[in-house]
Formats: sequence, structure tokens, C-alpha cells
Amino acid sequence: MFIIGELINGMYSNVRKAIEKKDKSVIQKIASEQIRCGADALDINCGPASKNPKEDLPWLVEAVQEVIDKPLSLDSSKPEVIEEALKVTKNKAIINSTTADLEKLEILVDLAKRYHTKLIALTLSKKGVPQNKDQRLELAVQIISYCVEHDFPIEDLYLDPVVLPVNVAQAQQKDILESLKEFKLIYQIPPKTIVGLSNVSQGTLQRKLINRTFITMAISLGLDAAILDPLDKELMDAVITAELILNKQIYCDSYLEAYRKK
Amino acid sequence: MIKEYLENWTGLVNTVKIGATPQEGGTRRKTITVGGEKTLAFLFKEGHLPNKPVIAYEIWDIKPIDWPEELTNYYSDVWSDPLDWAEKVANVYKADLLCVRLMGIHPEINRDIDYELNFIKNLLKRVNLPLIIVGCGDDEKDNTVLPLCSQITKNERCLIGEVTQDNYKILTAAVLADGHNIIAQSPIDINIAKQLNILISDMGLSFDRIVINPTVGALGYGLEYTYSIMERLRLAALNQDKVISSPFICFVGQESWRAKEAKARQDEFYSWGKESRRGPLWEMITAVSLVLAGADILVMRHPKAIEKIKEYIELMFKNNF
Repeated sequence: MFIIGELINGMYSNVRKAIEKKDKSVIQKIASEQIRCGADALDINCGPASKNPKEDLPWLVEAVQEVIDKPLSLDSSKPEVIEEALKVTKNKAIINSTTADLEKLEILVDLAKRYHTKLIALTLSKKGVPQNKDQRLELAVQIISYCVEHDFPIEDLYLDPVVLPVNVAQAQQKDILESLKEFKLIYQIPPKTIVGLSNVSQGTLQRKLINRTFITMAISLGLDAAILDPLDKELMDAVITAELILNKQIYCDSYLEAYRKK
Repeated sequence: MIKEYLENWTGLVNTVKIGATPQEGGTRRKTITVGGEKTLAFLFKEGHLPNKPVIAYEIWDIKPIDWPEELTNYYSDVWSDPLDWAEKVANVYKADLLCVRLMGIHPEINRDIDYELNFIKNLLKRVNLPLIIVGCGDDEKDNTVLPLCSQITKNERCLIGEVTQDNYKILTAAVLADGHNIIAQSPIDINIAKQLNILISDMGLSFDRIVINPTVGALGYGLEYTYSIMERLRLAALNQDKVISSPFICFVGQESWRAKEAKARQDEFYSWGKESRRGPLWEMITAVSLVLAGADILVMRHPKAIEKIKEYIELMFKNNF
């Protein structure tokens, strides 16, 4: 399971303040903590309050790279912001994210090809959030077709079915989960799948329990990657155990510790 | 034409170095490096195999108790003195690596500990090959004697064993202090193999100083089971499970010469043919199978079987197919 830590995000007040004061140490501490707890990569998002994202995102990237040698997921809705950050990113980056809209795909697939990055694609379009599994599959087909036609390697593509809060879209959860499995059948090279996990529990009282229940179900349907809070130990334990049950790790009495020794 | 399918592995087996030269603080004339594989045995197109499997000649500190006549023919002239035995395999059979089993410390034989330690000291002087030192299998005696062996061979970077899930602390601490490597033995069980590696590394011994003995069965005696266990462990290593990415040591001689098919005399089973051919063949075939399963160190007995397995390994590496 490829874990992308979600905590460097301007939506969090400590990160927002650190960006305002250009205080690297706060950012670096959050980065190191997430890697120590098992993140394979870090999401970097300067948040909606940033007045100058074209400077803030590259600043965050450089601050993190001073202490961490892991892939970074550059998270912005503005391609020009992502490109500024790509210019200073050392490891193979992940662009977070494109939608299925042609004008987005044109810009972001091109960007991903030029900078040899991975790409997260949301099964979402201008028409709005898909309402069922079929709409998600349709958008996934559009994304994959575009990538294949434009020689973007499917191995580097992560499809996101768009996770919705369970208290808002309860009827959709089953479709979201099943999409993860069906995305794999679209193309001869099965595309990888990813979820932004925390969305599922947005606005609920049992956030952690809902997060870890959802992800174990998603893992059983073949989920490859997730953006989540790696500092949530019970969540990470659930991820490791789900993979154990799917025979992706060899069991031993200390399997949780063994996974973390990786 | 069918397109060739090549697996793209992301992990690799740890590299373990045995022996230390004078430049490295030891007295061995060379070192042996095992492990480092980036693919399964001989799949050269898929990944690099930086080190060939190596053969260690097995010798004992006493005259062996149950070695069959076929082996007696080769070694009985040196069984009165284990130092002569060591010298013979080093000089006559050109061994690369020596595995000394201290059977004399077994409670049923109970040789004097000082005598054993003197033997090891003299062995270091008489033979300058990298050393593997293994105990008699009795936990209490091994825990007494092996740490002392570790001390007197300090800085020679030996491979010492064996530790098990229930008995690993004393020897691991000694090996850690004296700069050696350790053999972690598990009873044909991947779960225990993994757990033991974690326990050892928790004591501070790094993964690149652990060699796994998965315990093996000879041809006809559980070889397939051994094979599947080793293959499963190796596949996990190649998929980046660093906890069990250790090279394998296989006690081929010990298991092969236990088989009736290897040791029975022709006058008992006429149709089986000469034991001088059948015995080494049994050991050789067991060894080939284990090399294919990913064995890195083979501890063997019969000079002819060793000669043949070496030829086989050389041939496979030369052809690079």
C-alpha cells in the first residue's frame, strides 16, 4: 500500500501560520513525523488561504526536501502552481490532480509527461460529482483513453473514485468501493487506484473509526494508494493488517513492527 | 512469436560478508560475499546476481559418528585429527569456505571446553579460509561454548550459529560484540523465519549480518516443501520485505547422507547401483534443487558432489542465459 501523508496542508492552522511566517522547522517536523509513521510520500498543499501559491508551494517543497528524500504529491487545482513546484522537486513527483475534463487533461497530462511525474486523476467533471458507479466508470474510461492516446504511461496513473462523506452520500459508498475494483478492468494494464480517505468521515463524530473501516474495505477491493493521516496509529495498523490478510505480507507475531521496519 | 515476459523486481537480498583479511583486522586470506540477488536463481535477464552460491566443506571437531562408508573413503585418513581434516579440504579439495561443527561439545560426548577452544585457535592458524562455526544443537552447551568461540575469533567475521526463536539472545549478543554474522534457524516455517529476524535485529544486529537456515529436506525427504518455503521467502525479499531479505544457508550434506538411498550399500539393494555413484549424486541433486530455490551457502560433504555442483554453478553463470 502506497501511503501519502496528508498533513502538510494550508487548511491546517499550524501549516498556514508556518507558511505565513516562512517557518521551515514546523513543516519539516510534520514531514519527518509522517515518514517515521510509515508514509511513503507526502502531499504538499499550501491551502486556499495562500495569497501567493506560486511561491508558497515551491517553498514548502524545498523545506520538506531538506529533511526528507521521498516522493512528493503536489496538490493544487492550478496547473501553473504545480509547474512552479515541479521546477524545484527532486524525486519523481505526483501531480494531484486532474479531472476528466478535456481542458484539464490537456494541460496536466502534458505537464506530467514533461516532468516525468505520476498523475492522480479524479473521476470528476464540470458536470459535477458522479452520482453512481457507471458515471465513475465512464469518466475513468475518458481519462484512460486520453492517457493512452497521448502516450502517458498507465503505470503512472492513479484513478480516484472521489470519496464522499458518509453522512452526505451514504447511498454512494458501495458504488465508490466497487468502482475501485472495476477501474482495474478498463484497460489491459490495470490502472492504480487511490482515495483521499479523510473525506469519508467529514462532519461525523466517529471519524477515525469510519476512516479505518472504509480503508480496510477499500484495500480488500484492490486499492493501491491512499492520502491519509499516517500519525493515526490505529488507522496504519488497520492498513497493515488488511494487507496481511490479503497475503501481501508474510505473517509473523511482530508483523506490525516488521512492516514498520521496512 | 510469444513476447518474453520479464518480472520487474524492486527488492533485493541482503549482502553478507564472511571472513576478514589482515587489512580488515582478521587473518583470513580472502573473504566470501553472499546474497545481493535482484532476481530468482539464474534469471539473469530479470536482474543482477552479483554473487555465485558458495560451497562450504563440513568438518567436525571429532571423528563423525554416523557418516557412511562412502564418506569414510575420503576422510578416514584425517579423522584422528580435525586440524588435518581441515587442512585436507583446504589444500587437497581447494575448499573456499569451511564449516566446523562442534559435535564434541554435545552432552553425550562432553569434550573439555578448553580443548575445543584450543582446536578453534589452532584451526585459525592452520587454515586461513573464512569460517562457519556451528554448535552441537544442545542449547545449553551451545550457549556456553559458542560465545567463547565468538570471543577467540573476534574480528575474523565468522558466520556462527545457530539461534532459534526460543534461544537467540546469548549468541546474538556475542556475535554482535565480536563482529561476526549469525545463522537464524527456523523449522521450515516462513512465519518463524521472519519473527526470528525481527527478534535478532531488535537486539541491534543489522540485517546484513543475518543468514537464514530455513532447514531443508533431502531429495525424497521433503525437498519440495523446503523449496516452496525458500521460494516464498525469496519472492517476499524481491518484493521489498527487508525483514526477511537474508541469504540462505542449507545443510545439504547432513540431510542428504541421512537418506537411505544415499548411504545403503549395493549388496543390500543390488538394483540401486554402486553407492560410490549413487551417494554423491543424491547430495548433488539435492544441492542443485536448493540452488534453484535460492540457496546462497551450501554446506556439503562429498568431494565429488561438491566438484559437480561447482561445475554446474560455473556453467550456469558462464552461459548467462
